[in-house]
Amino acid sequence: MKIVFTSEGTEWDSKIDPRFGRTDYFFIYDDETKGICTVDNRAIAETAHGAGPQTAQKLFELKPDVLITGNGPGGNAARVLAQGNVKIYVGAGDMTVKEAYDAYQKGELKEF
Amino acid sequence: MIKIAVASGKGGTGKTTLSTNLASYLAETKPVVLTDLDVEEPNSGLFINGELTHHENKYKMVPQWKSDSCMLCGNCREVCNFHAIVQLVDQIMVFPQLCHSCYACSELCPSGSLPMTPEKMGELQEYQSGNLHFIESKLDVGQEQAVPLIAQTLRYVDEKYSEVNLKIYDSPPGTSCPVIEATKNADLVILITEPTPFGLHDLKLAVETMRELNKRFVVVINRYGIGNDDVVDYCMSENITVAAKIPNSREIAGLYSQGRLLYNDVPEFKAELDKIVDFISDLDREVGL
Repeated sequence: MKIVFTSEGTEWDSKIDPRFGRTDYFFIYDDETKGICTVDNRAIAETAHGAGPQTAQKLFELKPDVLITGNGPGGNAARVLAQGNVKIYVGAGDMTVKEAYDAYQKGELKEF
Repeated sequence: MIKIAVASGKGGTGKTTLSTNLASYLAETKPVVLTDLDVEEPNSGLFINGELTHHENKYKMVPQWKSDSCMLCGNCREVCNFHAIVQLVDQIMVFPQLCHSCYACSELCPSGSLPMTPEKMGELQEYQSGNLHFIESKLDVGQEQAVPLIAQTLRYVDEKYSEVNLKIYDSPPGTSCPVIEATKNADLVILITEPTPFGLHDLKLAVETMRELNKRFVVVINRYGIGNDDVVDYCMSENITVAAKIPNSREIAGLYSQGRLLYNDVPEFKAELDKIVDFISDLDREVGL
């Protein structure tokens, strides 16, 4: 299963980026292969409008099963994400990626 | 022909008070068109008791995706400068709120799968009270872009009232796109502010904006007497004309809260309004030459 976190860095200890559309990175963990990879999304800072759908499109291409983020996607991004079968969990804004993963496994994160 | 936009940096400093009083006062002797361009929350209408003479819906053009003919080439997404189109595996999604109606996606679509279709964005209403023609546009709830409706309202007024010499535009607050659109064709912009640190801060932003646009502008200070002298000092040091100083007055606040105009009841207000009228007459003569 492929789990994507919105993150401020590329390590397990990086903070979760509470924003979806303007997240700095995607941190991707595959819990079957235990493999990690990251996607740099920082170029989105140049985008004045429409960051949500842009980032959602990028996420969509990663074909994740689960998205873990802070505040949750806004309306436009949510419309895009609804086209896929991504389960979205929110409320991890104050955690590190590792903490967010643990919280997700214990069922402590809220489904969006 | 003279077009006057009443704008401000800070909101709530008296744009509508000045616009409605100035327009009604001038309309006592000649035809005037007052247009409320603060389409996100128009309120000039609260002070104008006119008869409704016209109503129309306003539309903006947005692309609508036709799945049956689309070849999923992705051209539309690439040419959209506003990220209003997202391409997923086997579909195109259009976000009308991000669309600027530039037609690029539609015109450049090889299979004609994105025809432009009208989407209602707001309403325009027109009232008449003697010599005063009052036009107000209101954006529908949920619409995010004010500029297209402001642009269409300006076009409507230009076409319908090309004969009327004096046009006053109540502009939105701030310094962003809606303000630029509302002031860009004005001969004179009146920046109304209050003599407080907040008023001064936002006045500076508004002045910067008007200078960037090469606009002729003057300042009117409202609620003069509160705060401090920093706005006056700033205008002096920047060589900006202060056309009038409207006194802070409980009587004005009282009349305003009842939706009433001020110049008949408050002589001090009328005296300041006369200064602005004189300034406009001088400008009219100059522009007319």
